[in-house]
Amino acid sequence: MSAGPGRGAPLVFLERRTYRQRRLRDAARLLPVVGLFAWTVPLFWPTGPAGPTTSGALTYIFGVWVALVCAGALLSRRGATGEEGRGDPGGDAGP
Amino acid sequence: MTLNALVAICLSYVVFLFAVAFVAERWAMRGRVRWLRSPIVYTLSLSIYCTAWTFYGAVGAAARSGLEYLAIYLGPSLVMIGWWWAVRKLVRIGRSQRITSIADLISSRYGKSNLLAIGVTVLAVVGTTPYIALQLQSVTLSFEVFGRDAPGAGAGEPQRLTAFWVAVGLALFTGLFGTRNLDANERHHGVVMAIAVEAVVKLAALLSVGIFVVWGLSGGVAETLARIDASALGSWQADGGRWAGITFLSAAAFLCLPRIFQVLVVEAGDDAHLRTASWAFPAYLMLMSLFVVPIAVVGLDLMPAGANPDLFVLTVPLSQGQEGLAVLSFLGGFSSATSMVIVAAIALSTMVSNHIVMPIWLRVTGDGASVSGDVRHVVLTARRVSIGCVVMLGYLYYSVSGGGGALAEIGLVSFAGVAQVLPAMLGGIFWRGATRVGAVAGLSTGFAIWLWTLFLPSIGAGGVISPEILAEGPWGLGWLRPQALFGIAGMDPLLHAILWSMSLNALAFFTGSVASFPTPLERLQGAQFVNVFQHSAGPRSWTGGVAQTEDLMVMAQRILGAEDALALFAREARRQGVRGDLPDPSPDFLETLERELAGSVGAATAHAMVGQIVGGASVSVEDLMAVADESAQLLEYSARLEAQSAELSRTAAQLRDANRKLTRLSVQKDAFLSQISHELRTPMTSIRAFSEILRDGGTIGDGDQTRFASIIHDEAVRLTRLLDDLLDLSVLENGQVSLNLREGTLGALLDRAVAAASAGEGGATLRIRRDHAAEDVRLVTDLDRLTQVFINLVSNAGKYCDAQRPELHIRVGRAEGRLIVDFLDNGSGIAPEARDTIFEKFSRVADQKAGGAGLGLAICRQIMARLGGDIRYLPGRSGAAFRVELPHEVALAAQ
Repeated sequence: MSAGPGRGAPLVFLERRTYRQRRLRDAARLLPVVGLFAWTVPLFWPTGPAGPTTSGALTYIFGVWVALVCAGALLSRRGATGEEGRGDPGGDAGP
Repeated sequence: MTLNALVAICLSYVVFLFAVAFVAERWAMRGRVRWLRSPIVYTLSLSIYCTAWTFYGAVGAAARSGLEYLAIYLGPSLVMIGWWWAVRKLVRIGRSQRITSIADLISSRYGKSNLLAIGVTVLAVVGTTPYIALQLQSVTLSFEVFGRDAPGAGAGEPQRLTAFWVAVGLALFTGLFGTRNLDANERHHGVVMAIAVEAVVKLAALLSVGIFVVWGLSGGVAETLARIDASALGSWQADGGRWAGITFLSAAAFLCLPRIFQVLVVEAGDDAHLRTASWAFPAYLMLMSLFVVPIAVVGLDLMPAGANPDLFVLTVPLSQGQEGLAVLSFLGGFSSATSMVIVAAIALSTMVSNHIVMPIWLRVTGDGASVSGDVRHVVLTARRVSIGCVVMLGYLYYSVSGGGGALAEIGLVSFAGVAQVLPAMLGGIFWRGATRVGAVAGLSTGFAIWLWTLFLPSIGAGGVISPEILAEGPWGLGWLRPQALFGIAGMDPLLHAILWSMSLNALAFFTGSVASFPTPLERLQGAQFVNVFQHSAGPRSWTGGVAQTEDLMVMAQRILGAEDALALFAREARRQGVRGDLPDPSPDFLETLERELAGSVGAATAHAMVGQIVGGASVSVEDLMAVADESAQLLEYSARLEAQSAELSRTAAQLRDANRKLTRLSVQKDAFLSQISHELRTPMTSIRAFSEILRDGGTIGDGDQTRFASIIHDEAVRLTRLLDDLLDLSVLENGQVSLNLREGTLGALLDRAVAAASAGEGGATLRIRRDHAAEDVRLVTDLDRLTQVFINLVSNAGKYCDAQRPELHIRVGRAEGRLIVDFLDNGSGIAPEARDTIFEKFSRVADQKAGGAGLGLAICRQIMARLGGDIRYLPGRSGAAFRVELPHEVALAAQ
């Protein structure tokens, strides 16, 4: 344990970090589900002249894409910094 | 631009790629792998997903059917963004089990079954061959675009020649850089680097064309969007079923395509690579598809009505006189095609050589695995020949099919084929109940349905399936129509095929798994795969002790090379703590060795090779029971050890006791020696003194003379008695005494003993309690000797009992058929530490007390031993207690 002034303080900090780690992992697991949902939405659009224009559809689909990439990058960055020096979190219950 | 200039550019690009691969290999050899193994290179290598099909075909698909092409990119994006679900587990399994290909994964999971490996290999070859043909076709087509105006270029033979030379070049490159090392788990740095460069080239090419189209031709983003909406593609018209179906199919294919599996799993680094690729690869795909619609729309606008939309990426810049851009675009397409063919050839050749060629070769040569001689060249040759075969098979398909059909459709057919592996793969890594039978059932069902409903019809109307069968079904069986199974007609053929093949595949897989019972090895592997994060240790699949380490060494040398094999064996020997270079063939070692070999020749072959030497080719229930037996034996053995150690400590305690006794005896003996010399000396002194007085005469009265004489006599008697005792004891100890058997009663013996003891000591003070009725036992024994024992005991009680009113209780009884006579007094008894020496010679309870020589009890013990009985001290009584035991027959014989 790192040299902390109080014995309890670093422990609480670590636990909180582990907790955060788990929730980040949950978020990473949820991300493709969100993406799948968002990309399924076009199925409900009406086709033909009544539906959205192609440029609108393109904007939506690529917007989702960019959002997913950004969220994925953020989650993996956060996950990576949190995990350093802590070894592999192999003990988690897999899906 | 002339065709020759293009060929020159093309060749110099190829030379550049060779140089990149060569330099990368050089760097890797010098250990500068840090940069080569960066996450970016890993991500770029994944881009072989984007083949010439997506490079050219996406624009074509967009021109034909709007935004549907996007679905092909959405599936892989979702898979990579969701890497926590499946990809991470696949990569971990790939690393811990040293998986070399997707066929190896499936075979390894289902009990290292070679049948499954062959099945998946065949499926992969069948599914990939059209795809390779497609790449050759796209390169040829793009050449044709440039060569159209050039003199001497036409259709037919020159096209085929182009395709042929491209194929030869690719086979050469792959053979050179794809088989540098035997261990498929080691990264092919050269190839990976070349692919990464190609990934950059194709992205740059497509982005350049897109930027040219948007800003150069349309005048900006807003204008481009307006142009899109005004075009024929202006409104949303995607077919929902195809959208969902293709998304699913591309996601499935991304996991199952042999070439993707090669870069995604086999050449994977670690979690950090995956972490970066999880968002960077979707970003790459997004960029690749970003300008597809604008290019398609502008192409439809600018190009004449009959132009092939698949080639807009090339023809739009060309039509605007942008030759440089067109060449870049051409190189992008060329890169897409070549990188796909290279990796696919590596992946397929690994599968073919490991799962088909090597098993056959091992069987045909028939000399077993333990013959010396390096077989690495055999494996490498097999792999190189396989590469050539795979590429040439693609060329053959291309030249036979004549290059027909829309590019995208061939790609999807191929996707649907390899996706048949998905149920067995996902089931294998998430469900422990998945069995080999289920996997075989699912794979063959899916493969058959795919062949019938999609692959054979896709070859064309003039191909295997005639139009009549297509319309009526085989033998008039309408429900078997290839594109309307079970009478459900009117569906999109692709969707129809995916629906039936995947659902029936999954159903057969599940049913087969549930209904069958896995072999022990399957169950072990299943646990290994499903719980890969819990325990990374391998399965204990070998029972050791049977294999000969030297044979294993010989075999390992053939696969790994002499030095690597020696190093491995030495390392294992050190780990086991064995002297020398040959480790014991422990299960641990065998498993490590097998895994090392699996990295080179695949799990099934490695298992078979080790099996040839070890004995049983797989773990049977008997083996498992033997292991269980072994552990039971170990338990028993350790229990025995414990018992032995307990016995040892008991013996040690006894030895310590004996030692204590000896020490005490030695001390006592010293004391006795001084005592006995004193005992002998005292009477001798008085005898001498009085005899000297008598001899010298003088004034001695008669009374005195008589008294002196009697003193001399008494002392002589005492001496004699002492000497008698010593003599008696030595006679008894030497066993020279002969018994004088006579008949008498116990009571009479005791009477005599009590009388003699009382007379000797003159001690009327000792009260003796007896039970005369019980003493009426007839005996046949040496009565005199037995009386001697009794006398000794009674007189001892008289001498040593320290009670106020000394009392001796003589009790007669029987125990276990033996006659027992107890002598119990009411004194303070004998101290515990003295009890074990009282029966020894020269032993006396207290020095100086009562003046005995300390031989009485020793004589008693010798006598009782002669008579077949025993004399013991009874502990736990308040006073001294001696028990005399007489044997059964002594008492019985008289009755």
